[in-house]
Amino acid sequence: MTVGNVFFVVASVVALVGALMTIASRSPIRSAVGLLITIVGIAALFLMLNAQFLAAIQLIVYAGAVVVLFVFVIMLLGPDAGDGEGTIARARLARYGAGAFFGFIALAAAHLVSRSELVAHRFKVAPAAHGSVEGIGSLLFNSMVIPFELATALLIVAVVGAIAVARGKPHVRRESKSASPTARMFHGPLMARDAQRPLPTKAERAAKAAGGA
Amino acid sequence: MNTLGYFVEQYVMLAAALFTLGCIGFLVRRNVLVQLMSIELMLNAVNLMLVAFNRQHMADLNGQVFAFFIIAVAAAEVAVGLAIVLAFYRLKSSVQSDEADQLRH
Repeated sequence: MTVGNVFFVVASVVALVGALMTIASRSPIRSAVGLLITIVGIAALFLMLNAQFLAAIQLIVYAGAVVVLFVFVIMLLGPDAGDGEGTIARARLARYGAGAFFGFIALAAAHLVSRSELVAHRFKVAPAAHGSVEGIGSLLFNSMVIPFELATALLIVAVVGAIAVARGKPHVRRESKSASPTARMFHGPLMARDAQRPLPTKAERAAKAAGGA
Repeated sequence: MNTLGYFVEQYVMLAAALFTLGCIGFLVRRNVLVQLMSIELMLNAVNLMLVAFNRQHMADLNGQVFAFFIIAVAAAEVAVGLAIVLAFYRLKSSVQSDEADQLRH
């Protein structure tokens, strides 16, 4: 066993244990920690695959931003972030049945692959530039520059959309609890100060438009 | 015999196992937060596979750049997804996915 073998085995086990922890934990904060462990394991595997830049990006973006965002949301929701009490028995059967079905398909695929007579592909020695910041940077800013710029636009739109969706309307929670959730979400005035004010008639609106113009 | 970690098949198997775990988690769990984390698991498995194949075919770096874009899209997806979770929680006071039945009535 060389250092590389031990590194691969340890990183793989770490990633798999983290994945199991993510999907099997009762509390979502433990799931987030499991996701973090998986991400660190996969970053280690990226190092093994000559992808140094991607390993750094993986740690910065996933471990530094995505998992922290998950933890913030879990913290905001507090105890309500956990699993609720029981659900309909039929729905539970459907969920576990779907999970078992997919697991069975994956096992069957693994069995078929292990029986096939494929030749194993050993990695060749990589040139030093493979996966370096220079290589990826020159590719990103030459032939991939349009997707790169589109990705920046996507991130901006996503951030604006996230703020718009998450902010909500502050007056909604002050309304009576008897209104239906749909009514609380979509009906009623946009501003609290407009709550008691009657809607202007068509003539009034026309007069105001004429006066303003 | 230093074989472990130097064959593309081993990475493909590991990525398939991670993807399977993520898919099972998405299907079985009811908590929207855990479902989002399972989606992240699946995206990470795909990234690992892309980078492993790129290590096998070293003519260019397209696989790694593809993984880079997947990371960017996943970050945007998590931001929007968690905002939707917050809006859903404000509406229902719950984060269980089977509470999302507004369209049924």
